[in-house]
Amino acid sequence: MDVGQMQRQWIDYAKSLFLEGFLDGQFLQLQQLQDENNPDFVVEVVSLFFEDSERLLKDLTFALDQNGVDFKKVDAHVHQLKGSSSSIGAQRVKNACIAFRNFCEEQNTDACLRCLQQVKQEYCLVKNKLETLFRLEQQIVAAGGSIPTELSFSG
Amino acid sequence: MAAPSSSMHQHDLPHVLAVDDNLIDRKLVEKLLRNSSCKVTTAENGPRALELLGLTSGGQNSMNGRSKVNLVITDYCMPGMTGYELLKKIKESSVMKEVPVVIMSSENIPTRINKCLEEGAQMFILKPLKQSDVKKLTCQLMN
Repeated sequence: MDVGQMQRQWIDYAKSLFLEGFLDGQFLQLQQLQDENNPDFVVEVVSLFFEDSERLLKDLTFALDQNGVDFKKVDAHVHQLKGSSSSIGAQRVKNACIAFRNFCEEQNTDACLRCLQQVKQEYCLVKNKLETLFRLEQQIVAAGGSIPTELSFSG
Repeated sequence: MAAPSSSMHQHDLPHVLAVDDNLIDRKLVEKLLRNSSCKVTTAENGPRALELLGLTSGGQNSMNGRSKVNLVITDYCMPGMTGYELLKKIKESSVMKEVPVVIMSSENIPTRINKCLEEGAQMFILKPLKQSDVKKLTCQLMN
């Protein structure tokens, strides 16, 4: 595969992530912040997001496993996860967190457990997608090309 | 609010203190501000921010040889001291009350926004932060 084909593959893959709702406009904001001075900005922020989210998901699992669930604590964790997913443009994770917070308010343990499953699922999906995207980027750069900066959605 | 000097040496760049308990948000706001030619210090909570501003109950001089803060941007929802409480403490201090304070929040709650503006916040910004939000901020700051 030549660089041009790789770049087109990257564009198609990135577009699909937006069309399928995994990512929203905020992710484009992150990409626009990447430049020659900070060529790895997106990967760095997303890596932080992965670490932070995994910690929060662990804490949530623990908190919901307690006999007397502390819903304030659960809500605080979900609020954090909602914030970071929103800031990097992980739309589906963010939306799952919004639903989760409603059930925290209702203090409904069963519904919260279902929400946690949903959030975990969405997190895994977006993690896989982003890792794939980054792998495609690495291939392009290794072949001497550059990552397209314009994701036009015409047609 | 004093306008910064017109010469653009490193130490004349606006110095912003960004306060947020969320690590990802801190990294993002830092980059956005640096892209708008600001010097940035980050803090993860209100008490740490007050310490950096020299407003802790030791009452020491906020200058302390370090560069003066021209703007504070803080998240609203933080455990312990909220952004609103931090805003109040800054506005109550004799040394720092002229420093503009901007509040960020992911929640668009009119009563919350009004409360902050009434307490003297310069601006209220909805998260997630975008480059255009920060450009607007720094344009106002640099007059």
